Amino acid sequence: MANDHIDITVEPGEVHALLGENGAGKSTLMNQLYGLLQPDEGEILVDGEKKVFRSPRDAIAAGIGMVHQHFMLVPVFTVAENIALGAEETRGGPLGWLDRRRNRRDVLEVSTRYGLPVDPDALVENLPVGAQQRVEIVKALTRDVDLLILDEPTAVLTPQETEELLAVMRSLAAGGKSIVFITHKLKEVKAIADRITVIRRGRTVASVSPETPEEELASLMVGRAVSLEVEKTPAEPGREVLKIAGLVVDDDRGVRAVDGVDLVVRAGEVLGIAGVQGNGQTELVEAVLGLREPLAGSIKVDNEDLVGMSTKQILRSGIGYVPEDRSLDGVVKEFSVAENLVLDTYDRPPYGNAFRLNPAAIAEGARQRVEQFDIRTSSPESAVSTLSGGNQQKVVVAREMSRSLRLFIAAQPTRGVDVGSIEFIHGRIIHERDVGTAVLVVSSELDEVVGLADRIAVMYSGRILAIVSPDTPREEIGLLMAGITGSGAPAAPAGDDAGPADEAEEGTK
Amino acid sequence: MSTDEPVAAPEKAAPEKAAPEKRAEKPGDSFMAQFTHNLWSANTVTVTVLSIVLAMVIGAILIIVSDSEVLKTFSYITARPSDALNASWNVVSAAYADLFKGAIFDPAAVSAWFDGSGTWQQAFTPISETLTYAAPLVFTGLSVALAFRGGLFNIGGQGQAVIGTITAAVAGFTFGLPVVLNLIVALLAGLIGGAVWGFIPGILKARAGAHEVIVTIMLNYVGLLFLGWLILQDGIQDPNRTDAISKSVAKSAQLPSFGGELRVNLGIVVAVLVTAAVAWLLNKSAFGFELRAVGANPLAARTAGISVGKTYTLLMVVAGGLAGLGGATQVLGTAYALTPAVAGNIGFDGLLVALLGRNRPWGTLLAAILFGALRAGGNRMQSFSGISLELVTVLQALIVIFIAAPALVKTIFHLRAARSARLGASMAKGW
Amino acid sequence: MSTATVEELAEVVAPNRFWDRQRRLGAGVTFVGVLAIVLFGSLAPSETAKFTISQDASGAAIKINGQLGAYVFGVIALAAGIAMLAGVAKRWQTTLLGVGIVAFVLSFLCWQVAGKFLPLVDTASGTLQLAMPLILGALAGVLGERSGVVNVAIEGQFLMGAFGAALVGTMATSVWAGLVSAAIGGAIIAAMLAVLAIRFLVDQVVVGIVLNLFALGITGFLYERLMQPDAQKYNQPPAMPTWSIPGLSKIPVVGPVLFQSNLLVWLALILVVVIHFALSRTRWGLRTRAVGEHPTAADTVGIRVRGLRYTNVLLGGLIAGAGGAYFTLVATGSFNKNMTSGAGFIALAALIFGRWTPFGALGAALFFGFAQKLATYLSAVGSPVPSQFLNMLPYLATIVAVAGLVGRVRAPAADGVPYVKS
Repeated sequence: MANDHIDITVEPGEVHALLGENGAGKSTLMNQLYGLLQPDEGEILVDGEKKVFRSPRDAIAAGIGMVHQHFMLVPVFTVAENIALGAEETRGGPLGWLDRRRNRRDVLEVSTRYGLPVDPDALVENLPVGAQQRVEIVKALTRDVDLLILDEPTAVLTPQETEELLAVMRSLAAGGKSIVFITHKLKEVKAIADRITVIRRGRTVASVSPETPEEELASLMVGRAVSLEVEKTPAEPGREVLKIAGLVVDDDRGVRAVDGVDLVVRAGEVLGIAGVQGNGQTELVEAVLGLREPLAGSIKVDNEDLVGMSTKQILRSGIGYVPEDRSLDGVVKEFSVAENLVLDTYDRPPYGNAFRLNPAAIAEGARQRVEQFDIRTSSPESAVSTLSGGNQQKVVVAREMSRSLRLFIAAQPTRGVDVGSIEFIHGRIIHERDVGTAVLVVSSELDEVVGLADRIAVMYSGRILAIVSPDTPREEIGLLMAGITGSGAPAAPAGDDAGPADEAEEGTK
Repeated sequence: MSTDEPVAAPEKAAPEKAAPEKRAEKPGDSFMAQFTHNLWSANTVTVTVLSIVLAMVIGAILIIVSDSEVLKTFSYITARPSDALNASWNVVSAAYADLFKGAIFDPAAVSAWFDGSGTWQQAFTPISETLTYAAPLVFTGLSVALAFRGGLFNIGGQGQAVIGTITAAVAGFTFGLPVVLNLIVALLAGLIGGAVWGFIPGILKARAGAHEVIVTIMLNYVGLLFLGWLILQDGIQDPNRTDAISKSVAKSAQLPSFGGELRVNLGIVVAVLVTAAVAWLLNKSAFGFELRAVGANPLAARTAGISVGKTYTLLMVVAGGLAGLGGATQVLGTAYALTPAVAGNIGFDGLLVALLGRNRPWGTLLAAILFGALRAGGNRMQSFSGISLELVTVLQALIVIFIAAPALVKTIFHLRAARSARLGASMAKGW
Repeated sequence: MSTATVEELAEVVAPNRFWDRQRRLGAGVTFVGVLAIVLFGSLAPSETAKFTISQDASGAAIKINGQLGAYVFGVIALAAGIAMLAGVAKRWQTTLLGVGIVAFVLSFLCWQVAGKFLPLVDTASGTLQLAMPLILGALAGVLGERSGVVNVAIEGQFLMGAFGAALVGTMATSVWAGLVSAAIGGAIIAAMLAVLAIRFLVDQVVVGIVLNLFALGITGFLYERLMQPDAQKYNQPPAMPTWSIPGLSKIPVVGPVLFQSNLLVWLALILVVVIHFALSRTRWGLRTRAVGEHPTAADTVGIRVRGLRYTNVLLGGLIAGAGGAYFTLVATGSFNKNMTSGAGFIALAALIFGRWTPFGALGAALFFGFAQKLATYLSAVGSPVPSQFLNMLPYLATIVAVAGLVGRVRAPAADGVPYVKS
């Protein structure tokens, strides 16, 4: 049961935050409000009237709009086409000849009215994430909404963009619209909400004011006292393990993603790469793992060049990798927990050799890992799809950490993971560091990077702008994440002729 | 402690949802109650049986509709309905009785055996026919099933089998080796021929991303045309004949059979052995692990270091080899020489067999035997009742459609959702 | 670690890999160019190859010495290949590839036609005719796949269409009744595909293949039951009439090809244009494309995803069924078991080769139609190549197209993925 008798009231002109950790049931609740799911019990009242939402059309008709966590935009369409979809202006005819001019005009009108600049003719797949989100908001606003639901909107934004979004929300609320803002981030909730409803395990546990201190909010979310800090002793860095020099990598579309990166990670330290998703971190990590071929530069582990080696050889040489999206390429959902735990070691003793597997050893190893890593599963033979997100992530972490490692790389290690598992995984990462492994953590959650890392490299637009200590004030790190270096001038993206006109546009990125 | 039970959002657990009408089984329930409860729920055996029943009902309708005599009785059905009903019942029951008699046993032949007027060979002929038809289907079915498990659609079983017949037959009449050796070499030649024909789509998929559905289908036609040309060439064509038939395979290369009316040959034994080998390969070998991982999630397999391209290529080679063995069995076991239609339909039937067998090795074996039975019975049905053999193709396709859409069968029969309803080889993905 | 500021970072020059796609294609084209020069040039007799405007050997013609032509076109192909190898600007890539392929084919033709003649008009109209079912089949695929439903059952739709056209056309003694039944026959298979794929979430490629076998079985069964015993009653449909558009059909070369043809050909060409504009300029087209790329997004703005998919798949079935009518109303005068011989799959390849667009499908279908026409022509003029190998031509061309020429294409993002509300 995802929602257990939830009661919520939202006033007009109110910014109402729904706070809960991953898996608490917030999105399920809002999906029912938007007609994507049907409630089993209970009712929804809009302006005092009972409403039933059988599909998003009904919700839209009742004045409810939603901006989803994973954007509902068709990448190969233009902005105008995406916004028009479902409410197209046509010039008649049986198939509805599109009136492109009117569609564009509608977009620009809403865009200027609410101060959300968008380019109607741009292809969505070419837009940066912050711009895509603006498109989603404009899309919702073009449909005459009174209530706007935002599902985890700041997950993909820089601190600056988050500030801009909060400002937009304030002005919308001031204009009489109601906003429901779903999140698990305490700082934002306190910054913007008029009222906070905390949801835990599918139930409302409290409805509080934003004055409530963070620790209390966190413990309401989780149900117990939560330590917001990661406990660790000071690092004792040793030899250089990973040495990246002059690395250049393109993404799938041939666009430059990593633009000359130099990086060093030492044994016994955690290097955190901070930065908003989409600035080349993914491609950088994939290049190290041999999943993407670099165009130039070198990647050396203990002076051994990895470029050109197969992924299998790279993993074998003592490198562990937790990819950023476990459901995409971290686990095989149809396989059992035990099989997933040997996904990259099945053909090595004791689990097997080049020809055959050793099922007994695999089962025994699985039993041990499940216990060691506190993986909640009914049996190691259950399919991994029956596990929660946090436990699936623990399977991946367990798999990698059960080998002897020189270098451990984790990308977004706790994305979509519940607080208990987050604490556990963070603890294991620090433990790995303490036994002398070099650790590289890539995360777009600044809290996580600051908590785990001994040194922080800020990545923007394919380059490492600076390497700073975790004590650096967050505003400074935030500026770097947005591409603004200490010299005050915005960093020009690679390949541009940086002229004055380009610099003025930086603010919109 | 903290929330670690599977919750609905955001990580989707995929539990089997208990249907509201499912009556909870209490431990105190009698064995009969539990048995009938499980029987009438949508588990795989029930769905399979009901699918066959449904298909036969539709087949019956087709038989009735295409029989002009029976249709005549329908024109006055309101006046004398019994005529229409009797005529329909007679023609359908005769057809299906023939199907059974041709596939399993003919009561007349069995009683003749018991009272001495017939031989045991005659009594066992239907089963022998079933197994004879089944043997090549086991191989082609395994070929498709194994490829499916690795995420590849091997529609090219027919072409791979055809090339297998060619290489096996040519080896069979060229080398002139002693008894056991000649057979082994011929079988191996068939395997290698099919493997080469499977290699082509495999390497094209791995290197160029060419979709194997199209490449394998095209190669089916190319293979067939090649066979048609080869048979007429000097050195291949039977010098004593002017029609399109090759030299005969040497006796020492033929799969030994029981002889006489019993055509069943060693091929079925080899088929069972190969099924066991494929089962081992799939579940216990390192390559099997790799192909299952690639089939389930190629991205995760790649991230874990498995080479997807090499897996695809090797998989198509093995699948092609299996289908080639099927062709070899056909030509060394029953046909003994190449003709343009020597490979019949075994490749396409193998596709249906694999789907019916849920892409599992032993399931495929059983499905192949069922299809062999349908074919053997269909032959008799055609000779004795005059019903076209194509009906068998329709029945086979219908059975597979119903198997592949268990939800459809469930709806028709109002079956309850079973706890272990793991049906359908659903790797629902497109290109 | 030093903090490198932006200004201090040197511009890193990234070398491109040598053997990129253009170079590999260039190597292929160079190879065929060499093959043309060496093989075709040496084998070609030094006789005149005549490409005639009229139907026979007399009259106006483009004449060229067979051997010379083989050499010259071989050299052109070679040059195109070398240009690609040397690395020209990307925008010339497709043009050079096209030039290379065309030159190779022309070189081959010069060899084969030397001492004989090739009637251009007949070849062109034959190509268009043979391509017509492929166009219709590919268009059916466009409709379905752009909405996200894979349609491998085009072959089955052709068969049902051909059968329906023959059966009803004979019984009603009307070509038009036959054509309508053909469309319905295709729609029946499409309905089965739609229900099984959209409602019951069966794997779409599997469903398509099984439906093909089902269609094969049922048409074969009914053929044996009805048509074989009594062909006059069930299997002698009237042929589709050839019409001539007055005036336009008199234009040299183009006239007879385009304006003196049958209704189905015109239907195919018109549909290409109609579907192109419908997809790109209408609300239906926008919604269809959205449903095929990101059905969840379409659902969230209130579009009925499954309903639209049903509609498009059924429409596609009607079109493919009509394409099936070609086999019994145009090409031959009666139905035969399994008469389509894989044409449905070639149509599928045309769809992919044409990158899921109507005009692309048209071009690809013409390419495959030409391969078929060439095979027929060569066997008619007694080419030394055995007829079986000539018949392999369209299938081999398909393999080459799908493997080499297409590159990594991108299907609509949600193609083949059934939509389940989550």
